[in-house]
Amino acid sequence: MALEQTIYRELKATRGVWQLAVLLLAFLAAAGGAWFYMEHHGHVVTGMDNQIVWGLPHVFAIFLIVAASGALNVASIASVFGQKVYKPLARFSSLLAIMLLVGGLAVVVLDLGRADRLIVAMTTYNFTSIFAWNVLLYTGFIGVVGVYLVVQMMRRINYKWVQAAGFIAFLWRLALTTGTGSIFGWLVARPGYDAAIMAPMFIINSFAYGLAIFILVLLVLFRLNDRPIGDGLLIRLGRLLGIFAAAVLYFAAIFHLTNLYAAEHGAFERFILVDGGLYPVLFWGVQVVLGGLIPIALVFLNPSRSSTVLASILVVVGGFAQVYVIVIGGQAFPLNIFPGFEVLEGFHEGVINPYTPSIWELMLGLGGVALALFGTGVGAKILRVLPTNLSDANLAAKG
Amino acid sequence: MTNRAEMTRRDILKSGAAASTVTLAPGVTLMAFGGTAEASSRADAGKRWGLLIDASKCDANCSDCVTACKVENGWGSEEELAGLNPGQAPEWIRKVTLRDKATGREVSAPVMCQHCEEPPCVDVCPTGASMKRDDGIVLVDRHICIGCRYCMMACPFKARSFVHEELTDQHVQAPRGKGTVESCNLCAPRIDSGRIPACVEACEKAGHSAILFGDLKDPDSPISKRLREYDSIALRDDLELNPGVRYTNL
Amino acid sequence: MRLVLAFLAAIGFAGGAAAGGSYPAVPAATGDPHPEGNDYWRLHHMDLLQHDRDKTVREGIRNLSPDDVAITASIGTCFDCHAVKDEQGEYVSFDDPRHFCRVCHDYAAVTIDCFECHRSTPANTTAYRTMAKPEDPDSIVAYLARLAQETSQ
Repeated sequence: MALEQTIYRELKATRGVWQLAVLLLAFLAAAGGAWFYMEHHGHVVTGMDNQIVWGLPHVFAIFLIVAASGALNVASIASVFGQKVYKPLARFSSLLAIMLLVGGLAVVVLDLGRADRLIVAMTTYNFTSIFAWNVLLYTGFIGVVGVYLVVQMMRRINYKWVQAAGFIAFLWRLALTTGTGSIFGWLVARPGYDAAIMAPMFIINSFAYGLAIFILVLLVLFRLNDRPIGDGLLIRLGRLLGIFAAAVLYFAAIFHLTNLYAAEHGAFERFILVDGGLYPVLFWGVQVVLGGLIPIALVFLNPSRSSTVLASILVVVGGFAQVYVIVIGGQAFPLNIFPGFEVLEGFHEGVINPYTPSIWELMLGLGGVALALFGTGVGAKILRVLPTNLSDANLAAKG
Repeated sequence: MTNRAEMTRRDILKSGAAASTVTLAPGVTLMAFGGTAEASSRADAGKRWGLLIDASKCDANCSDCVTACKVENGWGSEEELAGLNPGQAPEWIRKVTLRDKATGREVSAPVMCQHCEEPPCVDVCPTGASMKRDDGIVLVDRHICIGCRYCMMACPFKARSFVHEELTDQHVQAPRGKGTVESCNLCAPRIDSGRIPACVEACEKAGHSAILFGDLKDPDSPISKRLREYDSIALRDDLELNPGVRYTNL
Repeated sequence: MRLVLAFLAAIGFAGGAAAGGSYPAVPAATGDPHPEGNDYWRLHHMDLLQHDRDKTVREGIRNLSPDDVAITASIGTCFDCHAVKDEQGEYVSFDDPRHFCRVCHDYAAVTIDCFECHRSTPANTTAYRTMAKPEDPDSIVAYLARLAQETSQ
């Protein structure tokens, strides 16, 4: 039994940490103002309407929620799959997972038409709704991962309890992402959704988004506190990210190939893949090439510290584009209410629904990101979750 | 003499909920009150209200049903639309004109909430605000609607609207307000007081009688007979939602 | 901590004492008083309203006791008696602090959201307070009779 050699210490409040905190607080204040403005006037001031009912805030929220469960993966690899190298990262991974979820939930809740009735959502449940289950899955996730984090931080505890908590958290995060994917997968009426593959696809996506964000946030905090982090570890994380990014592409390919095979979904696929204006650009250009092929090439053909960093940034960008195409693109494509008919006159009938997000929606969404990052920073400041030394030599000494 | 305090108290006790709110004037016992609430009219589970729309009788240039709905339920006034972009305008009922791609035949018909027997909007609503009454009417209980718009994502017919701005001076029979979702409720307040829906009345007055209203569960009702005798379709029949609104000659 | 509590208690006490002599002036109502008495209504109106709202919206019960005194379950009926007029003789809406509901709710600092959806002035129509008579042209009975006549022709 190897001795616990990793030393965890709180983040030191350096000048850089303070500067970052002030910047994040500014984003939070802006989001607060934007929310107040939207709440006061109603959704009339947003770009959302009766066709595009979920807009940019939901893209941010879903991206953050999916990334949250993925951020927990590093901890799961350590506790559930017994990879020792990842163990020093497990605490921070749990903290980041909780905070990303909080950030995402805040956006979704603040975008409600009646955010003041949150208590109704917490007390009145319709259990045929995946949304109602998600309310329980999300709040439960915070609790389960919270316990997992506490158990990890307890000094004299049998490691099997950490493994047990880690296992439950792992199962929970699978359920959570299944629930998030099913929000779309179970929408039978819309050609862009209504697919069982949505749930597993969201799980795979979460692996990639979560790990990419984890790498980036970890690097920034280590940089701010001048803590060493080894090239070997980063190359290893980069390679894992590359595998996840490849899996994301695989699932996206299967999703679209299956749709292409069904004639009824042909028109939707044409829209997303070929002639839908912004959406094919986002799909091919940003999701597939920038967020998929380039990062994979970087981490496998030129494994290095900078490759991992760049790949992580690109995976985040590509992931955001992917969620945008799923959420907005799926609504922009018209419902086919009258098969076999051409609509001559009607209310936004059979036409592509336009969407231009307002600045308020963007500010609210960025506020969610800022909340997640600020919360993570505060957590790292008051809890001993970040190891002091992740240099390759130090990790090797333990193995 | 029955008074509503006692009725309320009895119902709250019956449901077993909110026991803490039950504090009535002293000396009043529960047994003293006979039930009259049970005898009152309610959404009847023995009925299912529906519409049969005959597209051959619908005039492409007439939108009296839409106007009647606006007047009855107080949506879509010029004042309300002034601040909204067109995509945000409420639309409880809309007229569509269609051309058959194969034959070139043109038809026109109104589309409103289809009052499904298996409504997707009710399935997805997290709070139970989107609901189906015992008599088959699908509507939004705005008292517990949180404005998440998941029902609008789920509806195959685009029947629902979200209220994007503050409203005042709503009609007493049609409360509606910012941040909640709304749709055709088949004029439930009219039906509850023994009246036909406003669109049905308007279409009849315009001389078209393209919208037939009635009880789908009653085999002898005119709507049931017509459905038995003539071919009709449901929109998005592939989803097997069994809508209460059906179309003929479309 | 104890200091904070003491401070809060002092504020609460002072506030209570100041308000003690200045209860809100509840606008006078017209019509017959509630049989349950004003005290009961002041204490329980929210339960009654909530009870009726679920009955009407979810169960379609508009008339809670048709065999007895007519009681129509509608928040609109409140303003039959409890409407307040301004200097011009116009009914004031909930936007005005003189509105019947606001007088107490402002005093008690209890927010209500009834009037985000409901109108807060007397009803635009009382047509649906009574069941349609068979001879009314818009009644379901008359409608079905017309249909029957049409088919027989």
